[in-house]
Amino acid sequence: MRNDMFSMLRRSPFCIQQARKVVLGFGLLFACLLIFATALPKGAMAYSDEELRIVAEGLNAKSATQKIKVIEEMAADGDPRVAPILRAMLEGDLYVRESDEHIVITRKQGKVYTHIDIVSGEEVGESGSKEISKIKVNNRLRGVLRDALATLNLFSSDLTTRTNAVEQIMDARDPAMLPLLLRAIDREENETLLARMELARATMALAAGETTEERLAAIEVLSSETTPQIRAVLSQFVASAEAEGYEPEVVAAAEDALESVEGRLSTWQTVGDVYRGISLGSVLLLAAVGLAITFGVMGVINMAHGEMIMIGAYTTFMVQQALGSFLPSGSAWSLVISVPAAFLVAGAVGVVIERCVIRFLYGRPLETLLATWGVSLVLQQAIRTIFGATNQQVTAPDFMSGAIEFSTGLVLTYNRLWIILFSIIVVAGIAAVLRYTAFGLQMRAVTQNRRMAGSVGIRTGYVDALTFGLGSGIAGIAGVALSQISNVSPNLGQTYIIDSFMVVVFGGVGNLWGTVLGAFSLGIVNKFLEPMAGAVLAKIFVLIALILFIQKRPKGLFALKGRAVEA
Amino acid sequence: MNKKLQALIGAGAMAVSAMAMSAAQAAETIKVGVLHSLSGTMAISETTLKDTVLMLVDDLNKNGGLLGKQVEAVVVDPASDWPLFAEKARELIEQEQVDVVFGCWTSVSRKSVLPVFEELNSMLFYPVQYEGEESSRNVFYTGAAPNQQAIPAVDYLMSEDGGSAERIVLLGTDYVYPRTTNKILRSYLNGNGISDEDIMENYTPFGHSDWQSIVADVKAFASAGKKTAVVSTINGDANVPFYKELANQGIKAEDIPVVAFSVGEEELAGIDTAPLVGHLAAWNYFQSVESDANSAFIEKWHAFIGDESRVTNDPMEATYIGFNMWKQAVEQAGTTDVDAVRQAMYGQEVANLTGGTAVMNTNHHLSKPVLIGEVQDDGQFDIVWETEGTVVGDAWSDFLPESAKLTADWTYPWVCGNCEKPMY
Repeated sequence: MRNDMFSMLRRSPFCIQQARKVVLGFGLLFACLLIFATALPKGAMAYSDEELRIVAEGLNAKSATQKIKVIEEMAADGDPRVAPILRAMLEGDLYVRESDEHIVITRKQGKVYTHIDIVSGEEVGESGSKEISKIKVNNRLRGVLRDALATLNLFSSDLTTRTNAVEQIMDARDPAMLPLLLRAIDREENETLLARMELARATMALAAGETTEERLAAIEVLSSETTPQIRAVLSQFVASAEAEGYEPEVVAAAEDALESVEGRLSTWQTVGDVYRGISLGSVLLLAAVGLAITFGVMGVINMAHGEMIMIGAYTTFMVQQALGSFLPSGSAWSLVISVPAAFLVAGAVGVVIERCVIRFLYGRPLETLLATWGVSLVLQQAIRTIFGATNQQVTAPDFMSGAIEFSTGLVLTYNRLWIILFSIIVVAGIAAVLRYTAFGLQMRAVTQNRRMAGSVGIRTGYVDALTFGLGSGIAGIAGVALSQISNVSPNLGQTYIIDSFMVVVFGGVGNLWGTVLGAFSLGIVNKFLEPMAGAVLAKIFVLIALILFIQKRPKGLFALKGRAVEA
Repeated sequence: MNKKLQALIGAGAMAVSAMAMSAAQAAETIKVGVLHSLSGTMAISETTLKDTVLMLVDDLNKNGGLLGKQVEAVVVDPASDWPLFAEKARELIEQEQVDVVFGCWTSVSRKSVLPVFEELNSMLFYPVQYEGEESSRNVFYTGAAPNQQAIPAVDYLMSEDGGSAERIVLLGTDYVYPRTTNKILRSYLNGNGISDEDIMENYTPFGHSDWQSIVADVKAFASAGKKTAVVSTINGDANVPFYKELANQGIKAEDIPVVAFSVGEEELAGIDTAPLVGHLAAWNYFQSVESDANSAFIEKWHAFIGDESRVTNDPMEATYIGFNMWKQAVEQAGTTDVDAVRQAMYGQEVANLTGGTAVMNTNHHLSKPVLIGEVQDDGQFDIVWETEGTVVGDAWSDFLPESAKLTADWTYPWVCGNCEKPMY
């Protein structure tokens, strides 16, 4: 009947409008037909070239509702050419060519769009952006497109594609997909995926199930898993139990299952809080560890410490720009190159500040505070004048984008994981420099007893400058890491200066391990308070706790002992 | 000796006459004050508006000036320091004798200068979207009031095309604009069948950079099965880490869309927007709007700033509208006298860059269209929804009981910014 309709349509172009309406109207019917015709081999209902072109024109309909009808119809047809069209639409690559009103998939290169015919899949010309107009999608359409692609992908030969499709179906929880899913379960051979499919089936079967046994079985499958989706499914089921009139034993089973799922989820929540605390701690540690040297070891209250971080971040930006324009293939390495570059630039600025300002102010903390505060303002405004007041974009390399997602709702983002690792490496590096190098030895000697160090032939002024340079350089390295999670703007440093001082004071002045412990404990306490009290109050509580702590232990967690420190 | 004295007197006379001449020239110019932070936290946003005013002044002078006089911009830097805003405003009005001031961004800076403008009876054009609940005789508000941004945005989220959201997360920076806006929104949502248990409200400090827990909370809140959307009044610097965290935790716009009121083209310039496609912003202007006026404006901006990659945004259009309205009102009044210009402002019309016309109402707020745009991968917005016609800016929100009964109308018989009944 369908072929007849289209052959008629081919003969008389005047019927096209009417025919399209019929096509739209029958769309859902076809979907049902396909779902029940599970025995049919794939592609049996494939469109002819002409049909596909006509149906696809519906994707350019005015209202989203009309577009959705067409998408659902196309997805239900199962034509292998449909998936690329829908994917292009989802990604915003589907356009209408103004010249002949044909729908084309485009590939953009610079300012040129290459057109790909939706029927043949071949390149059919190219143009600028003026000759084509984009088929608009909104969030509602994107959701429908993703679901439609999921049903198409359920039978893909690629395992990852199938897995993603199952996850998408599990999120959508649309009972209409159940028959398709059952068909996929019959065919699936991979055991892990099969288990996920059974789970997805259970989420749908709970509400759609007919008998008590079916529901109880579904609940049993669900209760063995620990994901937020399952909690949502179960709590919805329990909430609607009265209205739907479910059997009491089913409801009781569901309530039990819900309780055990919630219990396990809250454990995972705690794991997540600890992880986020460690992550915040690693950021604090990176920001503070340079200060632990300049303030902790040298006793200089360096208000320009934040600006050293900022300089490191801007160095990262410069390195990325330079690589982008001179050596595009090497841009993946920009962060690796930025680490030594930021260390050198920030370290050099630090040495200059020490030689020009700070060395005249040793032993006068108030003057040092004011002078470095002034330096920080000068540096901020200098950066603002050179680079402009707006944020600069530092792109994240691929290995730092995305996250490891556990089905329990725990998300470990890659950039945070790398920063935790990076902070550990940096601290280990500093500890090694202080412990094992000649410079480290001289530095410790000068801080412990300047006069004596001087009399055994250490150039104390020189060591001071290098120590300050080291502290600043490490702040610069922190800037490389922070450019990945924060704004690269002239204000970057101000965000971290207070926190850095907090960490160093809490950890104990002059002790690297105190700083490490201080950073992680402040981070974790903050992250545990935040969900309860909100971000603003959590910060206040942490500050108050810190003040009380300092009253009790003025030297921080680890106080250096001995008369040398007092000098 | 005598000759020397003569020469001295002569030089003195010349100096005096030169000074007199420069004074005469000064009287021939119309002075426009620019009160935007060029340093400190807010420089990131406000510097652009300073440049916009300079561009408009430059353009006006090239076209023969105003009332036959040249216009001169007097730029001061209040350095993101709120009390300094008041001092600088006084300096502009009393010492520099400016005829009008364009300036302020944050609400707290506006509140700080308000008494100065009222005391000295001067005129301020405020170009940024804000929380409403104010109408001063001396301020013209050319940015959006809550009913021109927040309410339509929430309407869109609850509509079928916007995803029929049934749970709303209100995220904001902890200060007056987000708190007031969210108070209005909560009352509006309650009136539209969304109960308090389906609303999550969360505030963060300025410049908040660690969004892990909050984004995880939002995800957990959204997993309850009802369609969830986020309304963000997060301001300034905190946005970049927030969107980075959203992208990294894999929150897609079709699952949990975020509609922002303080994020425009300029704020997106620091982020890779590819993972953010589909998140929303509500404004009265987007750079991507296709109109002749807009492309001319963008071209002029690029030529003035000398950088093709600089974007335009909503507060720039608000500045453009405000500046042109003031120009027209001065021309109509034939003077820069504040009272005369104020009278001429009412009903003044200026063509929007997005099409249609903006009209100044007697409550000192504009009638403007509202647009909702989706973030695209090039950092621009694609318009997905707009109001039919314009929306009249409402100084006092109808959704807060204590402000619903107040009226702002600066014409007879009301002559009042916050009255329950007319003055006369």
